[in-house]
Amino acid sequence: MHSVISAQNLDLTFQTNDGPVHALKDVSLDIEPGDFVSFIGPSGCGKTTFLRVMADLEQPTGGSVTVNGVSPEQARKNRAYGYVFQAAGLYPWRTIAGNIQLPLEIMGIPKAEQESRVAQVLDLVELTGFEKKFPWQLSGGMQQRASIARALSFDADILLMDEPFGALDEIVRDHLNEQLLKLWARTQKTIAFVTHSIPEAVYLSTKIVVMSPRPGRITDIIDSPLPKERPLDIRDSPEFLEVAQRVREGLRAGHLDE
Amino acid sequence: MSRSVVPVLTVLGCLLALWYGAAVWLNAPWAYDKATRSGAEMNFPALVEDTWSQEKPKLPAPHQVGAELWKTTVLKKVTSKRSLIYHSWVTLSATLLGFVLGTGLGVALAVGIVFNRTMDMSVMPWVIASQTIPILAIAPMIIVVLNAVGISGLLPKAMISMYLSFFPVVVGMVKGLRSPDQMQLDQMRTWHASAAQTFWKLRLPASMPYFFTSLKIGMAASLVGAIVGELPTGAVAGLGARLLAGSYYGQTIQIWSALIMAAALAATLVGIIGVLQRVTLKRMGMS
Repeated sequence: MHSVISAQNLDLTFQTNDGPVHALKDVSLDIEPGDFVSFIGPSGCGKTTFLRVMADLEQPTGGSVTVNGVSPEQARKNRAYGYVFQAAGLYPWRTIAGNIQLPLEIMGIPKAEQESRVAQVLDLVELTGFEKKFPWQLSGGMQQRASIARALSFDADILLMDEPFGALDEIVRDHLNEQLLKLWARTQKTIAFVTHSIPEAVYLSTKIVVMSPRPGRITDIIDSPLPKERPLDIRDSPEFLEVAQRVREGLRAGHLDE
Repeated sequence: MSRSVVPVLTVLGCLLALWYGAAVWLNAPWAYDKATRSGAEMNFPALVEDTWSQEKPKLPAPHQVGAELWKTTVLKKVTSKRSLIYHSWVTLSATLLGFVLGTGLGVALAVGIVFNRTMDMSVMPWVIASQTIPILAIAPMIIVVLNAVGISGLLPKAMISMYLSFFPVVVGMVKGLRSPDQMQLDQMRTWHASAAQTFWKLRLPASMPYFFTSLKIGMAASLVGAIVGELPTGAVAGLGARLLAGSYYGQTIQIWSALIMAAALAATLVGIIGVLQRVTLKRMGMS
Protein backbone atom coordinates (compact mmCIF):
# COMPACT_ATOMS: atom_id res chain seq x y z
CA MET A 1 0.00 0.00 0.00
CA HIS A 2 1.60 3.30 -0.88
CA SER A 3 1.47 6.52 1.07
CA VAL A 4 -1.16 9.16 0.45
CA ILE A 5 1.36 11.88 1.04
CA SER A 6 5.07 11.29 0.84
CA ALA A 7 7.76 13.92 1.37
CA GLN A 8 11.47 13.20 0.86
CA ASN A 9 14.17 15.63 2.03
CA LEU A 10 11.92 18.58 1.43
CA ASP A 11 13.54 22.04 1.51
CA LEU A 12 11.85 25.41 1.19
CA THR A 13 13.73 28.67 1.47
CA PHE A 14 11.99 32.03 1.21
CA GLN A 15 14.10 34.89 -0.11
CA THR A 16 13.31 37.96 1.97
CA ASN A 17 14.88 41.38 2.37
CA ASP A 18 16.53 40.17 5.56
CA GLY A 19 18.14 37.27 3.72
CA PRO A 20 16.96 33.70 3.17
CA VAL A 21 14.50 32.13 5.62
CA HIS A 22 14.62 28.35 5.89
CA ALA A 23 10.94 27.54 6.31
CA LEU A 24 11.54 23.83 5.78
CA LYS A 25 14.76 21.89 5.93
CA ASP A 26 15.22 18.22 5.11
CA VAL A 27 11.66 17.24 5.95
CA SER A 28 10.70 13.62 5.23
CA LEU A 29 7.33 12.13 6.12
CA ASP A 30 4.89 9.48 4.93
CA ILE A 31 1.18 9.71 5.59
CA GLU A 32 -0.79 6.48 5.16
CA PRO A 33 -4.40 6.23 3.99
CA GLY A 34 -6.85 6.93 6.81
CA ASP A 35 -4.23 8.56 9.04
CA PHE A 36 -5.06 11.58 11.13
CA VAL A 37 -1.76 13.45 11.30
CA SER A 38 -1.26 16.55 13.40
CA PHE A 39 1.56 19.02 12.90
CA ILE A 40 2.49 20.87 16.05
CA GLY A 41 5.18 23.40 16.84
CA PRO A 42 5.79 27.05 17.65
CA SER A 43 5.12 29.68 15.01
CA GLY A 44 7.78 29.76 12.32
CA CYS A 45 8.37 26.00 12.49
CA GLY A 46 7.02 25.52 8.97
CA LYS A 47 3.93 23.46 9.82
CA THR A 48 1.61 25.64 7.76
CA THR A 49 4.20 25.94 5.00
CA PHE A 50 4.44 22.15 4.84
CA LEU A 51 0.66 21.90 4.52
CA ARG A 52 0.69 24.56 1.79
CA VAL A 53 3.36 22.61 -0.09
CA MET A 54 1.09 19.55 -0.06
CA ALA A 55 -1.71 21.76 -1.42
CA ASP A 56 0.50 23.25 -4.17
CA LEU A 57 0.14 26.71 -2.64
CA GLU A 58 3.93 26.92 -2.08
CA GLN A 59 6.72 25.51 -4.22
CA PRO A 60 9.51 23.61 -2.45
CA THR A 61 13.06 24.61 -3.34
CA GLY A 62 14.42 21.10 -2.88
CA GLY A 63 13.47 17.47 -2.30
CA SER A 64 10.34 15.83 -3.54
CA VAL A 65 6.75 15.44 -2.47
CA THR A 66 3.89 13.37 -3.86
CA VAL A 67 0.19 13.50 -3.08
CA ASN A 68 -1.80 10.42 -4.08
CA GLY A 69 1.31 9.33 -5.95
CA VAL A 70 1.42 12.41 -8.19
CA SER A 71 2.84 15.93 -7.86
CA PRO A 72 0.94 18.37 -5.63
CA GLU A 73 0.06 20.40 -8.74
CA GLN A 74 -1.48 17.39 -10.42
CA ALA A 75 -3.25 16.44 -7.19
CA ARG A 76 -4.68 19.96 -6.93
CA LYS A 77 -5.91 19.77 -10.51
CA ASN A 78 -7.44 16.36 -9.76
CA ARG A 79 -9.19 18.02 -6.80
CA ALA A 80 -7.63 15.39 -4.57
CA TYR A 81 -7.88 17.40 -1.35
CA GLY A 82 -10.15 19.77 0.53
CA TYR A 83 -8.41 22.61 2.34
CA VAL A 84 -9.78 24.26 5.47
CA PHE A 85 -8.21 27.61 6.26
CA GLN A 86 -7.79 29.30 9.62
CA ALA A 87 -10.72 31.63 8.89
CA ALA A 88 -13.99 30.24 7.57
CA GLY A 89 -13.84 32.62 4.59
CA LEU A 90 -17.50 32.16 3.69
CA TYR A 91 -18.88 34.59 1.10
CA PRO A 92 -21.30 36.98 2.81
CA TRP A 93 -23.44 37.22 -0.34
CA ARG A 94 -24.09 33.49 -0.46
CA THR A 95 -26.23 31.40 1.87
CA ILE A 96 -24.64 28.51 3.75
CA ALA A 97 -25.89 26.13 1.05
CA GLY A 98 -24.64 28.54 -1.63
CA ASN A 99 -21.21 28.65 -0.02
CA ILE A 100 -20.94 24.88 0.14
CA GLN A 101 -22.12 24.66 -3.45
CA LEU A 102 -19.40 27.06 -4.61
CA PRO A 103 -16.62 24.49 -5.23
CA LEU A 104 -19.20 22.18 -6.84
CA GLU A 105 -20.25 24.94 -9.26
CA ILE A 106 -16.61 25.58 -10.08
CA MET A 107 -16.05 21.89 -10.73
CA GLY A 108 -19.08 21.74 -13.01
CA ILE A 109 -21.03 19.16 -11.05
CA PRO A 110 -24.68 18.83 -12.20
CA LYS A 111 -27.22 20.93 -10.31
CA ALA A 112 -29.22 18.04 -8.87
CA GLU A 113 -26.11 16.35 -7.56
CA GLN A 114 -24.92 19.63 -6.05
CA GLU A 115 -28.03 19.79 -3.91
CA SER A 116 -27.81 16.22 -2.67
CA ARG A 117 -24.13 16.68 -1.81
CA VAL A 118 -24.84 19.89 0.11
CA ALA A 119 -27.50 18.10 2.14
CA GLN A 120 -25.11 15.24 2.77
CA VAL A 121 -22.18 17.32 4.05
CA LEU A 122 -24.43 19.60 6.09
CA ASP A 123 -25.58 16.46 7.85
CA LEU A 124 -21.94 15.43 8.42
CA VAL A 125 -21.17 18.70 10.23
CA GLU A 126 -24.60 18.77 11.92
CA LEU A 127 -25.79 21.95 10.23
CA THR A 128 -28.93 20.55 8.61
CA GLY A 129 -31.62 23.23 8.63
CA PHE A 130 -29.19 26.11 8.15
CA GLU A 131 -29.10 25.91 4.33
CA LYS A 132 -30.85 29.23 3.78
CA LYS A 133 -29.08 31.20 6.51
CA PHE A 134 -26.41 33.73 5.68
CA PRO A 135 -22.93 33.47 7.28
CA TRP A 136 -23.45 36.48 9.56
CA GLN A 137 -26.43 34.70 11.13
CA LEU A 138 -24.14 31.88 12.37
CA SER A 139 -21.69 31.76 15.28
CA GLY A 140 -17.95 31.48 14.62
CA GLY A 141 -17.95 27.76 15.40
CA MET A 142 -20.87 27.11 13.06
CA GLN A 143 -19.20 29.13 10.30
CA GLN A 144 -16.07 27.02 10.66
CA ARG A 145 -18.20 23.86 10.47
CA ALA A 146 -19.77 25.20 7.29
CA SER A 147 -16.29 25.76 5.87
CA ILE A 148 -15.39 22.15 6.72
CA ALA A 149 -18.58 21.04 4.97
CA ARG A 150 -17.47 23.07 1.94
CA ALA A 151 -14.08 21.31 1.93
CA LEU A 152 -15.85 17.95 2.16
CA SER A 153 -18.47 18.72 -0.48
CA PHE A 154 -16.53 17.40 -3.47
CA ASP A 155 -15.57 14.24 -1.57
CA ALA A 156 -11.80 14.43 -1.86
CA ASP A 157 -9.92 11.66 -0.03
CA ILE A 158 -7.61 14.08 1.72
CA LEU A 159 -8.52 16.87 4.10
CA LEU A 160 -5.86 19.49 4.82
CA MET A 161 -6.70 21.66 7.82
CA ASP A 162 -4.68 24.72 8.84
CA GLU A 163 -5.49 25.59 12.46
CA PRO A 164 -9.20 25.50 11.68
CA PHE A 165 -10.22 25.96 15.32
CA GLY A 166 -7.42 28.37 16.31
CA ALA A 167 -9.70 31.37 16.58
CA LEU A 168 -12.44 29.64 18.60
CA ASP A 169 -12.85 29.41 22.36
CA GLU A 170 -11.98 26.29 24.35
CA ILE A 171 -15.54 24.97 24.79
CA VAL A 172 -16.47 25.30 21.13
CA ARG A 173 -13.14 23.82 20.17
CA ASP A 174 -13.70 20.72 22.35
CA HIS A 175 -17.06 20.18 20.76
CA LEU A 176 -15.72 20.59 17.23
CA ASN A 177 -12.82 18.25 17.98
CA GLU A 178 -15.28 15.57 19.04
CA GLN A 179 -17.35 16.13 15.91
CA LEU A 180 -14.28 16.05 13.72
CA LEU A 181 -13.28 12.63 15.07
CA LYS A 182 -16.76 11.30 14.35
CA LEU A 183 -16.65 12.75 10.89
CA TRP A 184 -13.25 11.20 10.27
CA ALA A 185 -14.51 7.79 11.45
CA ARG A 186 -17.54 8.02 9.15
CA THR A 187 -15.72 9.25 6.05
CA GLN A 188 -12.41 7.34 6.38
CA LYS A 189 -10.54 10.35 5.01
CA THR A 190 -6.86 11.06 5.44
CA ILE A 191 -6.49 14.23 7.48
CA ALA A 192 -3.46 16.51 7.90
CA PHE A 193 -4.12 18.96 10.70
CA VAL A 194 -2.01 21.92 11.80
CA THR A 195 -2.38 23.10 15.38
CA HIS A 196 -0.46 24.71 18.20
CA SER A 197 -2.50 23.05 20.94
CA ILE A 198 -0.97 19.96 22.54
CA PRO A 199 -4.26 18.52 23.88
CA GLU A 200 -5.90 19.03 20.50
CA ALA A 201 -3.07 17.28 18.68
CA VAL A 202 -2.99 14.34 21.07
CA TYR A 203 -6.75 13.98 21.23
CA LEU A 204 -7.27 13.92 17.48
CA SER A 205 -4.28 12.21 15.94
CA THR A 206 -3.06 8.79 15.04
CA LYS A 207 0.29 10.37 14.33
CA ILE A 208 1.77 13.56 15.79
CA VAL A 209 4.54 15.38 13.98
CA VAL A 210 6.48 17.71 16.27
CA MET A 211 8.30 20.51 14.47
CA SER A 212 10.69 23.27 15.51
CA PRO A 213 11.78 26.52 13.90
CA ARG A 214 14.89 28.08 12.36
CA PRO A 215 15.19 26.07 10.21
CA GLY A 216 11.71 24.50 10.14
CA ARG A 217 12.21 20.77 10.64
CA ILE A 218 10.67 17.65 12.14
CA THR A 219 12.04 16.82 15.61
CA ASP A 220 9.80 13.90 16.54
CA ILE A 221 7.11 11.68 15.02
CA ILE A 222 4.85 10.00 17.58
CA ASP A 223 2.48 7.15 16.69
CA SER A 224 -0.37 7.49 19.12
CA PRO A 225 -1.17 4.39 21.20
CA LEU A 226 -4.68 5.70 21.89
CA PRO A 227 -7.65 3.68 20.55
CA LYS A 228 -9.62 5.00 17.57
CA GLU A 229 -12.70 5.41 19.75
CA ARG A 230 -12.02 8.49 21.86
CA PRO A 231 -14.49 10.04 24.28
CA LEU A 232 -13.53 13.52 25.54
CA ASP A 233 -12.54 12.18 28.99
CA ILE A 234 -9.80 10.08 27.44
CA ARG A 235 -7.79 13.24 28.01
CA ASP A 236 -7.49 12.34 31.70
CA SER A 237 -6.13 8.83 31.02
CA PRO A 238 -2.46 8.01 31.76
CA GLU A 239 -1.82 7.05 28.11
CA PHE A 240 -3.04 10.43 26.93
CA LEU A 241 -0.91 12.30 29.47
CA GLU A 242 2.08 10.23 28.51
CA VAL A 243 1.76 11.15 24.82
CA ALA A 244 1.17 14.80 25.74
CA GLN A 245 4.32 14.68 27.86
CA ARG A 246 6.34 13.32 24.94
CA VAL A 247 5.02 16.05 22.63
CA ARG A 248 5.95 18.67 25.21
CA GLU A 249 9.46 17.25 25.49
CA GLY A 250 9.78 17.24 21.72
CA LEU A 251 8.80 20.90 21.59
CA ARG A 252 11.24 21.77 24.36
CA ALA A 253 14.08 19.83 22.71
CA GLY A 254 13.46 21.83 19.54
CA HIS A 255 13.93 25.01 21.49
CA LEU A 256 17.10 23.84 23.29
CA ASP A 257 18.80 23.22 19.96
CA GLU A 258 18.99 26.92 19.22
CA MET B 1 -35.57 60.04 10.84
CA SER B 2 -37.20 62.80 12.90
CA ARG B 3 -34.01 63.14 14.92
CA SER B 4 -32.11 64.12 11.79
CA VAL B 5 -34.74 66.66 10.70
CA VAL B 6 -34.07 69.19 13.47
CA PRO B 7 -30.33 69.62 12.82
CA VAL B 8 -30.92 69.78 9.07
CA LEU B 9 -33.57 72.49 9.49
CA THR B 10 -31.34 74.40 11.90
CA VAL B 11 -28.48 74.43 9.41
CA LEU B 12 -30.87 75.41 6.62
CA GLY B 13 -32.24 78.28 8.74
CA CYS B 14 -28.72 79.54 9.49
CA LEU B 15 -27.81 79.41 5.81
CA LEU B 16 -30.93 81.35 4.80
CA ALA B 17 -30.28 84.00 7.48
CA LEU B 18 -26.68 84.35 6.27
CA TRP B 19 -27.86 84.53 2.68
CA TYR B 20 -30.41 87.29 3.38
CA GLY B 21 -27.81 89.22 5.36
CA ALA B 22 -25.26 88.91 2.60
CA ALA B 23 -27.87 90.04 0.04
CA VAL B 24 -28.39 93.29 1.99
CA TRP B 25 -24.66 93.86 2.31
CA LEU B 26 -23.74 93.09 -1.31
CA ASN B 27 -26.68 94.87 -2.96
CA ALA B 28 -26.56 97.96 -0.72
CA PRO B 29 -24.12 100.01 -2.91
CA TRP B 30 -26.50 99.83 -5.88
CA ALA B 31 -29.48 100.73 -3.64
CA TYR B 32 -27.62 103.80 -2.26
CA ASP B 33 -26.59 104.71 -5.80
CA LYS B 34 -30.17 104.77 -6.96
CA ALA B 35 -31.27 106.73 -3.86
CA THR B 36 -28.57 109.36 -4.35
CA ARG B 37 -29.48 109.85 -8.01
CA SER B 38 -33.15 110.32 -7.23
CA GLY B 39 -32.29 112.45 -4.22
CA ALA B 40 -34.30 110.29 -1.88
CA GLU B 41 -33.43 109.57 1.74
CA MET B 42 -32.85 105.83 2.45
CA ASN B 43 -33.67 104.40 5.87
CA PHE B 44 -32.91 100.81 6.90
CA PRO B 45 -36.31 99.16 6.14
CA ALA B 46 -36.27 100.77 2.71
CA LEU B 47 -32.73 99.54 2.14
CA VAL B 48 -33.67 95.98 3.07
CA GLU B 49 -36.73 96.09 0.87
CA ASP B 50 -34.72 97.37 -2.06
CA THR B 51 -31.79 94.96 -1.70
CA TRP B 52 -34.13 91.99 -1.58
CA SER B 53 -36.03 92.92 -4.71
CA GLN B 54 -33.54 94.30 -7.24
CA GLU B 55 -33.85 93.14 -10.82
CA LYS B 56 -30.14 92.40 -11.33
CA PRO B 57 -28.76 92.04 -7.81
CA LYS B 58 -25.19 91.03 -7.08
CA LEU B 59 -26.67 88.35 -4.85
CA PRO B 60 -30.36 87.61 -5.32
CA ALA B 61 -32.34 86.88 -2.15
CA PRO B 62 -33.56 83.29 -1.67
CA HIS B 63 -37.21 84.16 -2.29
CA GLN B 64 -36.27 85.76 -5.61
CA VAL B 65 -34.52 82.57 -6.68
CA GLY B 66 -37.47 80.58 -5.39
CA ALA B 67 -39.91 82.68 -7.37
CA GLU B 68 -37.80 82.34 -10.52
CA LEU B 69 -37.62 78.56 -10.01
CA TRP B 70 -41.41 78.42 -9.58
CA LYS B 71 -41.94 80.55 -12.64
CA THR B 72 -39.61 78.55 -14.88
CA THR B 73 -40.59 75.06 -13.73
CA VAL B 74 -44.25 75.03 -12.76
CA LEU B 75 -45.68 77.96 -14.71
CA LYS B 76 -43.85 77.35 -17.99
CA LYS B 77 -44.77 74.59 -20.38
CA VAL B 78 -42.12 71.86 -20.40
CA THR B 79 -41.58 72.30 -24.13
CA SER B 80 -40.85 76.02 -23.75
CA LYS B 81 -37.27 77.20 -24.34
CA ARG B 82 -37.62 79.18 -21.12
CA SER B 83 -38.61 76.19 -19.00
CA LEU B 84 -35.96 75.08 -16.57
CA ILE B 85 -37.39 71.56 -16.75
CA TYR B 86 -36.61 71.53 -20.46
CA HIS B 87 -33.05 72.71 -19.87
CA SER B 88 -32.61 70.25 -17.02
CA TRP B 89 -33.75 67.43 -19.28
CA VAL B 90 -31.22 68.45 -21.93
CA THR B 91 -28.45 68.35 -19.33
CA LEU B 92 -29.79 65.20 -17.69
CA SER B 93 -29.86 63.21 -20.92
CA ALA B 94 -26.22 64.07 -21.62
CA THR B 95 -25.33 63.32 -17.99
CA LEU B 96 -26.95 59.89 -18.05
CA LEU B 97 -25.50 58.88 -21.41
CA GLY B 98 -22.05 60.05 -20.31
CA PHE B 99 -22.46 58.25 -17.00
CA VAL B 100 -23.35 54.96 -18.69
CA LEU B 101 -20.45 55.29 -21.14
CA GLY B 102 -18.06 56.33 -18.36
CA THR B 103 -19.10 53.48 -16.09
CA GLY B 104 -18.71 51.00 -18.94
CA LEU B 105 -15.28 52.34 -19.86
CA GLY B 106 -14.23 52.50 -16.21
CA VAL B 107 -15.24 48.90 -15.46
CA ALA B 108 -13.62 47.63 -18.67
CA LEU B 109 -10.33 49.40 -17.87
CA ALA B 110 -10.42 48.16 -14.27
CA VAL B 111 -10.91 44.55 -15.39
CA GLY B 112 -8.01 44.96 -17.82
CA ILE B 113 -5.79 46.48 -15.16
CA VAL B 114 -6.56 43.75 -12.61
CA PHE B 115 -6.08 40.84 -15.02
CA ASN B 116 -3.27 42.10 -17.20
CA ARG B 117 0.04 43.14 -15.75
CA THR B 118 1.00 45.10 -18.86
CA MET B 119 -2.20 47.11 -18.64
CA ASP B 120 -1.61 47.66 -14.94
CA MET B 121 1.79 49.18 -15.69
CA SER B 122 0.79 51.11 -18.80
CA VAL B 123 -2.81 52.26 -18.46
CA MET B 124 -3.00 53.51 -14.89
CA PRO B 125 -0.54 56.41 -15.30
CA TRP B 126 -2.50 57.60 -18.35
CA VAL B 127 -5.78 57.35 -16.50
CA ILE B 128 -4.38 59.57 -13.77
CA ALA B 129 -2.76 61.96 -16.25
CA SER B 130 -6.07 62.32 -18.08
CA GLN B 131 -7.59 63.87 -14.97
CA THR B 132 -4.85 66.45 -14.55
CA ILE B 133 -5.90 68.17 -17.77
CA PRO B 134 -8.34 70.98 -16.94
CA ILE B 135 -11.71 69.92 -18.28
CA LEU B 136 -12.49 73.52 -19.28
CA ALA B 137 -9.53 73.41 -21.67
CA ILE B 138 -10.29 70.08 -23.25
CA ALA B 139 -14.08 70.41 -23.46
CA PRO B 140 -14.12 72.90 -26.39
CA MET B 141 -11.58 70.70 -28.23
CA ILE B 142 -13.81 67.67 -27.94
CA ILE B 143 -16.84 69.65 -29.08
CA VAL B 144 -14.99 71.19 -32.03
CA VAL B 145 -13.29 67.99 -33.15
CA LEU B 146 -16.48 65.96 -32.94
CA ASN B 147 -18.38 68.69 -34.74
CA ALA B 148 -15.81 68.60 -37.51
CA VAL B 149 -16.49 64.91 -38.09
CA GLY B 150 -20.20 65.55 -38.08
CA ILE B 151 -21.09 64.51 -34.53
CA SER B 152 -23.04 67.11 -32.64
CA GLY B 153 -25.83 67.37 -30.11
CA LEU B 154 -25.97 64.90 -27.25
CA LEU B 155 -22.89 62.79 -27.89
CA PRO B 156 -20.12 65.40 -27.58
CA LYS B 157 -21.48 66.51 -24.21
CA ALA B 158 -21.83 62.90 -23.11
CA MET B 159 -18.17 62.34 -24.11
CA ILE B 160 -17.10 65.08 -21.71
CA SER B 161 -19.27 63.54 -18.99
CA MET B 162 -17.68 60.20 -19.73
CA TYR B 163 -14.22 61.75 -19.57
CA LEU B 164 -14.90 62.93 -16.03
CA SER B 165 -16.92 59.99 -14.75
CA PHE B 166 -14.82 57.01 -15.86
CA PHE B 167 -11.96 57.96 -13.53
CA PRO B 168 -13.62 57.32 -10.14
CA VAL B 169 -15.03 54.08 -11.56
CA VAL B 170 -11.59 52.83 -12.68
CA VAL B 171 -9.97 53.67 -9.37
CA GLY B 172 -12.82 52.24 -7.28
CA MET B 173 -13.22 49.08 -9.32
CA VAL B 174 -9.48 48.31 -9.38
CA LYS B 175 -9.52 48.50 -5.61
CA GLY B 176 -12.77 46.54 -5.41
CA LEU B 177 -11.68 43.76 -7.76
CA ARG B 178 -8.48 43.45 -5.74
CA SER B 179 -10.31 43.43 -2.40
CA PRO B 180 -10.49 39.61 -1.96
CA ASP B 181 -7.66 38.63 0.38
CA GLN B 182 -4.90 36.11 -0.28
CA MET B 183 -6.77 33.40 1.62
CA GLN B 184 -9.83 33.71 -0.61
CA LEU B 185 -7.63 33.57 -3.71
CA ASP B 186 -5.75 30.54 -2.34
CA GLN B 187 -9.09 28.91 -1.69
CA MET B 188 -10.06 29.37 -5.34
CA ARG B 189 -6.70 27.88 -6.30
CA THR B 190 -7.31 24.76 -4.19
CA TRP B 191 -10.52 24.23 -6.19
CA HIS B 192 -8.57 24.70 -9.42
CA ALA B 193 -10.87 27.58 -10.41
CA SER B 194 -10.19 29.38 -13.69
CA ALA B 195 -9.50 33.11 -13.81
CA ALA B 196 -12.98 33.69 -15.22
CA GLN B 197 -14.60 31.72 -12.40
CA THR B 198 -12.58 33.65 -9.83
CA PHE B 199 -13.75 36.88 -11.46
CA TRP B 200 -17.45 36.09 -11.63
CA LYS B 201 -17.81 34.25 -8.36
CA LEU B 202 -15.37 36.13 -6.14
CA ARG B 203 -13.86 39.36 -7.46
CA LEU B 204 -16.97 40.90 -8.99
CA PRO B 205 -19.35 40.35 -6.07
CA ALA B 206 -16.63 41.43 -3.63
CA SER B 207 -16.21 44.70 -5.54
CA MET B 208 -19.85 45.80 -5.19
CA PRO B 209 -19.44 48.17 -2.22
CA TYR B 210 -16.60 49.90 -4.10
CA PHE B 211 -18.65 49.94 -7.29
CA PHE B 212 -21.55 51.87 -5.79
CA THR B 213 -19.29 54.38 -4.07
CA SER B 214 -17.57 54.98 -7.43
CA LEU B 215 -20.94 55.39 -9.14
CA LYS B 216 -21.94 58.17 -6.75
CA ILE B 217 -18.78 60.15 -7.44
CA GLY B 218 -19.00 59.32 -11.15
CA MET B 219 -22.58 60.57 -11.36
CA ALA B 220 -21.74 63.93 -9.76
CA ALA B 221 -18.70 64.27 -12.04
CA SER B 222 -20.82 63.36 -15.03
CA LEU B 223 -23.26 66.19 -14.31
CA VAL B 224 -20.39 68.67 -14.03
CA GLY B 225 -19.09 67.35 -17.35
CA ALA B 226 -22.43 67.84 -19.10
CA ILE B 227 -22.74 71.40 -17.81
CA VAL B 228 -19.18 72.24 -18.83
CA GLY B 229 -19.88 70.64 -22.21
CA GLU B 230 -22.77 73.05 -22.77
CA LEU B 231 -20.66 76.15 -22.30
CA PRO B 232 -18.63 76.19 -25.54
CA THR B 233 -21.53 75.22 -27.81
CA GLY B 234 -22.80 78.78 -27.79
CA ALA B 235 -25.29 78.25 -25.03
CA VAL B 236 -28.17 76.76 -26.96
CA ALA B 237 -29.84 74.61 -24.35
CA GLY B 238 -29.19 72.99 -21.00
CA LEU B 239 -28.35 74.18 -17.51
CA GLY B 240 -24.85 75.16 -18.68
CA ALA B 241 -26.42 77.32 -21.37
CA ARG B 242 -28.64 78.99 -18.77
CA LEU B 243 -25.57 79.73 -16.65
CA LEU B 244 -23.71 81.19 -19.59
CA ALA B 245 -26.66 83.24 -20.88
CA GLY B 246 -27.27 84.48 -17.35
CA SER B 247 -23.71 85.69 -16.99
CA TYR B 248 -23.77 87.38 -20.44
CA TYR B 249 -26.76 89.48 -19.49
CA GLY B 250 -26.10 89.88 -15.76
CA GLN B 251 -29.16 87.80 -14.94
CA THR B 252 -27.97 86.67 -11.54
CA ILE B 253 -31.38 85.33 -10.55
CA GLN B 254 -31.33 83.05 -13.59
CA ILE B 255 -27.80 81.88 -12.77
CA TRP B 256 -28.72 81.05 -9.21
CA SER B 257 -31.88 79.21 -10.15
CA ALA B 258 -29.91 77.14 -12.69
CA LEU B 259 -27.31 76.42 -10.00
CA ILE B 260 -29.96 75.31 -7.51
CA MET B 261 -31.55 73.16 -10.19
CA ALA B 262 -28.19 71.53 -10.95
CA ALA B 263 -27.60 70.87 -7.26
CA ALA B 264 -31.08 69.36 -6.86
CA LEU B 265 -30.50 67.20 -9.92
CA ALA B 266 -27.16 65.95 -8.56
CA ALA B 267 -28.67 65.25 -5.15
CA THR B 268 -31.52 63.28 -6.71
CA LEU B 269 -29.24 61.22 -8.98
CA VAL B 270 -26.76 60.43 -6.21
CA GLY B 271 -29.68 59.69 -3.89
CA ILE B 272 -31.09 57.14 -6.34
CA ILE B 273 -27.72 55.38 -6.50
CA GLY B 274 -27.59 55.49 -2.70
CA VAL B 275 -30.93 53.69 -2.48
CA LEU B 276 -29.79 51.09 -5.04
CA GLN B 277 -26.60 50.64 -3.04
CA ARG B 278 -28.44 50.09 0.22
CA VAL B 279 -30.92 47.62 -1.27
CA THR B 280 -28.28 45.66 -3.22
CA LEU B 281 -25.73 45.41 -0.43
CA LYS B 282 -28.39 44.45 2.09
CA ARG B 283 -29.55 41.66 -0.18
CA MET B 284 -25.92 40.58 -0.62
CA GLY B 285 -25.38 40.57 3.15
CA MET B 286 -22.58 43.11 2.80
CA SER B 287 -24.06 46.17 4.51
